[in-house]
Amino acid sequence: MHESAAQIFINALLANNFVLAMFLGLCPFLGVSGKLETAFPMGVATTFVMLVASLCAYGLNLLLTYFNLDFLRLISYIVIIASSVQLVEMVLKKYSPALFRALGIYLPLITTNCAVLGVALFQTAREYDFVQSMTFSFGGGAGFTLALVLMASVRERLTLSDVPSVAQGTALSLMLAGVLSLAFMGFAGLGG
Amino acid sequence: MSQSPPRTWDEFMEGIWRQNPVFVMVLGMCPTLAVTVSGVNALSMGVATTFVLVFSCGLISLLRKLIPKEVRIATYIVIIATFVTVVDYVIQAVSLALYDALGAFIQLIVVNCIILGRAEAHASKTPPGVAMINALGMGVGFTIGLLALGTVREIFGAGTLFGVALFGESFQPWVVMVLPPGGFFVLGSWLLFFAALERRKQRKLAEATQNA
Repeated sequence: MHESAAQIFINALLANNFVLAMFLGLCPFLGVSGKLETAFPMGVATTFVMLVASLCAYGLNLLLTYFNLDFLRLISYIVIIASSVQLVEMVLKKYSPALFRALGIYLPLITTNCAVLGVALFQTAREYDFVQSMTFSFGGGAGFTLALVLMASVRERLTLSDVPSVAQGTALSLMLAGVLSLAFMGFAGLGG
Repeated sequence: MSQSPPRTWDEFMEGIWRQNPVFVMVLGMCPTLAVTVSGVNALSMGVATTFVLVFSCGLISLLRKLIPKEVRIATYIVIIATFVTVVDYVIQAVSLALYDALGAFIQLIVVNCIILGRAEAHASKTPPGVAMINALGMGVGFTIGLLALGTVREIFGAGTLFGVALFGESFQPWVVMVLPPGGFFVLGSWLLFFAALERRKQRKLAEATQNA
């Protein structure tokens, strides 16, 4: 793997956007993208968890490889992610109770956000070094936030338009996501 | 199991129709959309998920009186991760081609909301037998959902079904179907279809009550 940090970043952010091209983190993407004011903080919180998880996963992977305990990788990753989500939850509760309430059930659900575990698994599978791993997780988080914010903006506009009632709800969101995904395909090849 | 047969059947059918994880509850979207580029992938993903679902729900249900309430989610996740590791190694041993096709999404079964949702909402409250039957129903429902997507995408996107060519040489595949946007579009269309079906049923019901 001889990708430069910039390539990894652009790839994770646009060309292989976590949500729209790799289908990671769809539950919060469909769940929290109703309003712009919750979508952005959710993206930032997820990005933070991703960075912490990626950092810990990198260290842990060295340890596991050293002791030849590869089969414990999945279990230890998930425990790390659960703990970092707990940390973010406590910090948010202390410093921004309003936001904490707004995110509600979706905050603990970051634990089961495939994007977070995905970052940890992909960086291991692709054998990224430390800088590459951190760039990858930051790009992935930024890409997730970008997709969430775009989707929320479109959905806010859509509440004002006349949609056939049968198509309202998830079906409409999925179609929107499809169009966004189609747009993001234009970035293919950008990261080289 | 002291349940009467109809009740057990009900538990099983719940996941297949009334609470289908893919079409009704819209859970576990990530693997649903990511691996369903072909029928074979969809089927194997469904079977792998069903296996994890049934066994982790069974174990959680067995241990439900021993697990302290405060750490239950963490316990569930560790149990689920254990079974996923098993599946991961089994698939790797059975078929390397399949393992490469599904990629990281086998390990990502851990964070499939369906499993944790079932563990929390059902398995933690019911005896093992019922919990496992319910989990099996959910798993089969999930597999059906995956197949509904996988077959449609394979037919349009590659002109094949389970690897068998359906159309003649001149067929131009709709490449977009096997690309990410196709996944969103096909699932959206299925949801539309079911919403329209539901709408029609309600209208007929309303007419029937009016006539009566």
